[in-house]
Amino acid sequence: MTTHERILAVVQTVAQKPVPADPEESLFESGVLDSFALPDMVSALEKEFGVKVPDSDLNPRKFDSLSRIESYLGAHA
Amino acid sequence: MAFLRAFGSYLPSHVVCNAELSERLGCEPDWILSMSGIAERRYAEDSETVSELAVRAGADCLARAGTTPGEIGLLILSSGSAERQFPGPAAETASKLGLAGIPAIDLPMASAGSLFGLAMASRLAATHGPVLVIAAEKMSSAIAREPLDKNTAILFGDGAGACLVHPNEGPAQIVDSCLHSDGAFARNLRLEFNEPVYMDGRTVILQVSRKLPAVIRELLDRGKQTASAVDTFLLHQANQNLIVRIAQALEVAPERFYSNIARYGNTSSASMLIAAAEWSAQSGFTASQPVVFAAFGAGFHWGALLAVGS
Repeated sequence: MTTHERILAVVQTVAQKPVPADPEESLFESGVLDSFALPDMVSALEKEFGVKVPDSDLNPRKFDSLSRIESYLGAHA
Repeated sequence: MAFLRAFGSYLPSHVVCNAELSERLGCEPDWILSMSGIAERRYAEDSETVSELAVRAGADCLARAGTTPGEIGLLILSSGSAERQFPGPAAETASKLGLAGIPAIDLPMASAGSLFGLAMASRLAATHGPVLVIAAEKMSSAIAREPLDKNTAILFGDGAGACLVHPNEGPAQIVDSCLHSDGAFARNLRLEFNEPVYMDGRTVILQVSRKLPAVIRELLDRGKQTASAVDTFLLHQANQNLIVRIAQALEVAPERFYSNIARYGNTSSASMLIAAAEWSAQSGFTASQPVVFAAFGAGFHWGALLAVGS
């Protein structure tokens, strides 16, 4: 699986909803994630990619879309 | 360390239900309940001040403790919604309670203010004698400011809570406390003068979901306790969904987390002591059973305090 596919699988598992095909589309504005699902998604990404997101990086903007998540993980995983 | 001697509270009589609020905000009552777990909240009268709310909670606490004002050595009052930039409501509250002359300290802190007040009192009681900690909030004034924001206006209510921290006696001993602050998030949850409450809800929930379980674990690890051994968790009543999330993170049944948010909403720094006052009147401390207090809020400030039934 590619990194994109692994991220997609994590988001779909947490959200239990179809994820927009456009990787730039906001996961919040599209209704895929709400505020309470966001911490679950970050925890699931940490587990899947073996990374620890420090509290200082817990910024919703970094996890707002598939492409942003991929950029963050690309720099930190 | 000092003892928790008694709690007290005051809730204004004016009940504002979701149906009434939803008309004002242009939303559905069921949406409010599903987003927050809040069914109704209390609003103070326009003429009622933060100090007046504080006096009622403080007097209730002193009555429950069977303590006279002359025995109190220090007053600590937290509020994030006081009417004036200065002086804060502490000195006026002390005067109205018959405590004039003793030091009266304002903690201008929302949400976590009462937790910080309890932690400070646990250390200062040894030198000052019994410490009356009060948290009083009139959030209805803040959320009424234009532009109305339904995401914050649905959450908040008014009220006051109090706790008497005694150096030598009480039904529970304060064992330890952990306090933290991080000003990097100061702008994510704030109340500017003459503006409505601003809350970046996603950032707040993301941060609190990690920081609050972490500080509770830090506290319990230091005391060689486990979350499963804690009798009751008394948290800042911010949002019922959040309380359930904290319980899940600690792998503890949500029923062990006392909750009255459905009836009073989020009364900011007052909420934890209002919850403690109700809980202590209904069940209270059992000998040798640990109880955890915890709060998170604007600042960000967060922390936890461990007390054990004596």
